[in-house]
Amino acid sequence: MKKLLLGNAAVARGAYEAGCKLVSSYPGTPSTEITESVVEYDNIYVEWAPNEKVAAEVAIGASIAGGRAMSCMKHVGLNVMADPVFTVSYIGANGGLVFCVADDPGMHSSQNEQDSRHYAEAAKIPMLEPSDSSECKEFTKAAFKLSEEFDTPVFIRLSTRVSHSQSLVELCDPEDAPLKDYEKNIPKHVMMPAMAKGRHVVVEQRTEKLKALAVNCNFNKVEKNGSKIGVIAAGTTYVYAKEALGDKVDYLKLGLVYPLSENLIKNFAKDYDELWVIEELDPVIETFVKSIGVKCKGKECFTLLGEYSQNMIKKAVLGIDTESIPEAAIPNRPPVLCVGCPHRGTFYVLKKLGLTVSGDIGCYTLGAVAPLQSVDTTICMGASVSAAHGMAKVRGEEFNKKLVSVIGDSTFIHSGITGLIDIVYNKGANTVIILDNSITGMTGHQQNPTTGKTIRGEATKQVDLELLCKAVGVERVRIEDPFDLKGFEAAVKEELAADEPSVIIAQRPCALLKSVKYTGRCTVEADKCKSCKMCMKLGCPAISFKDGKAVIDHSQCNGCGLCVNVCPFGAIKKEEK
Amino acid sequence: MADNKNIMIVGVGGQGTLLASRILGNVIIDLGFDVKVSEVHGMSQRGGSVVTYVKYGEKVSSPIIDKSEADIILAFERLEALRALPFLKKGGKMIVNDRSINPMPVITGAAEYPEGIIDTLKQNADVISLDALELAEKAGSIKAVNVVLIGVLAKSTDIPYEVWVETIKKTVPEKFLEINLKAFELGYRI
Ligand SMILES: Cc1ncc(C[n+]2csc(CCOP(=O)(O)OP(=O)(O)O)c2C)c(N)n1
Ligand code: SF4
Ligand code: SF4
Repeated sequence: MKKLLLGNAAVARGAYEAGCKLVSSYPGTPSTEITESVVEYDNIYVEWAPNEKVAAEVAIGASIAGGRAMSCMKHVGLNVMADPVFTVSYIGANGGLVFCVADDPGMHSSQNEQDSRHYAEAAKIPMLEPSDSSECKEFTKAAFKLSEEFDTPVFIRLSTRVSHSQSLVELCDPEDAPLKDYEKNIPKHVMMPAMAKGRHVVVEQRTEKLKALAVNCNFNKVEKNGSKIGVIAAGTTYVYAKEALGDKVDYLKLGLVYPLSENLIKNFAKDYDELWVIEELDPVIETFVKSIGVKCKGKECFTLLGEYSQNMIKKAVLGIDTESIPEAAIPNRPPVLCVGCPHRGTFYVLKKLGLTVSGDIGCYTLGAVAPLQSVDTTICMGASVSAAHGMAKVRGEEFNKKLVSVIGDSTFIHSGITGLIDIVYNKGANTVIILDNSITGMTGHQQNPTTGKTIRGEATKQVDLELLCKAVGVERVRIEDPFDLKGFEAAVKEELAADEPSVIIAQRPCALLKSVKYTGRCTVEADKCKSCKMCMKLGCPAISFKDGKAVIDHSQCNGCGLCVNVCPFGAIKKEEK
Repeated sequence: MADNKNIMIVGVGGQGTLLASRILGNVIIDLGFDVKVSEVHGMSQRGGSVVTYVKYGEKVSSPIIDKSEADIILAFERLEALRALPFLKKGGKMIVNDRSINPMPVITGAAEYPEGIIDTLKQNADVISLDALELAEKAGSIKAVNVVLIGVLAKSTDIPYEVWVETIKKTVPEKFLEINLKAFELGYRI
């Protein structure tokens, strides 16, 4: 049976058909739906871990114990899990071990554009790169086999367009992959210097064997069309090139993108007057091709930035320009906090108080967008807390009295708690605001350790954020409602004034949760509106200004009522529908 | 490859473009074509511009539609129609829901919502513009805007009417089926 599947769902299907026993991940666009799709398969144990490092270690444990296991993450998640990954390369795999990483060329939903292929080379772990959903499934199945055969973890590299495109996949029955025996094996499993030295030798031998495999395997394919132009491509750029260049060129499609094989490439390259390497982001393949003395064209005709496309490839390789209707200069449409978003109240207050806001990653990063423009910094998950500690230490007490950190519930558990421990331990006096909206919002509403539910929606123990903060030594911890603007403002002022660390838990659920039921809608009474534009400072997409007065678009307003408290003249009224 | 069809669906996050692309995708599979449906999830869904590419034919390689490659653009909102215009092929068709949603730069006064969008579109494309919201209300729910637009799109393709109706029956939950079939009909018959 053929089914239209998202690349991500096809990876999940591949894991299922390969008899995978366990999947542990932390969400991150564009990888999230892989793990969410695993939920469909009852016989796979699946979980959201608190962060990627934990997720990877859970999968590694499962593999050592003999079960096929997988962990999935976005590119920056691979940074967080890099530590265990580099060392498990030495340990290898008992049950097949797969790490599926999704890059985001073009940064549709990311804070950087890093190329995860560098990790494959640095950690000496083979990497497969599929081009469509069908390959997503096949490569995932093959990755488990490869892992067991070569005693190595295996990377699958996706990118936004592969992850989030649906194409047809032939479904098969799952294979039987019984647990392999677990044996205590200190030289292989205990990575201390004496053992690791031995394992490093094995890793280098393994890479040589994989290079030999690269010459003759199903992952790499040559397509001849009798052309004098040869193209080397992988993943997205292969399908873009196919569409742009059709049978005007010959192709070497690489499915195994690490390790690359000198023999394979030299053997392909020898037939062409002109050889192209077409790859998004960094010149990884190109650098290799040049290093073995093969001439090729690549980045000098393309770019290190963003995504490639058909027209771009046509222009570079064939010199054909595509005419199109010119782009008009029109307003862009950046994402905004939803109507009724709990974070809106928090940022309104922080902006009003003129505070420096050490920010973090989540829906609340949108607090940096006009008109709120409250957030000062965004680095990586967890950095809001630790970076604020650094700021306070160099700029001193006065600066710290106007400085707060904001961090979501999921992000706080991911890596904010360690920063808070640093503040307490090293006698800081920062104020940290945990934006507890009862969900991992940004990535599409995943459960996390603070929500009381597992990925399968089952009830479980819930981390008590208040007790957790107290337990690490913060004595001033309070829970406030960010929609109670006056109370929230008073709380922030009080905690900033204190000479010790403090935590405010801003508690109000995400407006998109099914359990949240705002009713009615708000209306501006035009004769009472004095055109002060206070309500416009909220940045609610339902409120705009027409003919000198505020108006609320009823088709957008969800009746959250926040604006009612903002109008100093009582011009905004809430009415039930 | 020349015969592949490229359809772009554009709108604003939260407008229900996803259901439209799901119905379209399912229709195409039922016809036995190769198909790719591509959309970006994540950040942009928070009220930003959203774009879905649907491509079908004998064999589809790339999942994305580049400038000047779309046969039909289905726009849920005027400004998004204008933004997508460079992606339309010469002589391509633009179906646009004649409705505006102000983006934040317009709300804050940093930019102005362009005037005369439909005229600009008409100078460059074969345009069908309609008030899909009104038709959806007529069908019984403002939420059926997407299915009204699918109705208009259906009429612009050579895919038989029955295939669409059958697919809607399979894709839409029983509870909302009657409204959605009516909405499809209203779009199809404009
Ligand atoms: C290392 C890393 N992993 C994952 C992500 C993707 N990501 C961005 S924000 C976020 C979580 C946001 O949840 P939360 O902190 O609860 O804030 P909310 O979006 O709910 O406001 C995730 C998983 C990332 N940017 N970096
Ligand atoms: S998804 Fe929830 S937390 Fe995120 S912007 Fe919307 S309301 Fe706010
Ligand atoms: S207009 Fe007021 S009540 Fe309506 S969503 Fe916006 S802030 Fe909430």
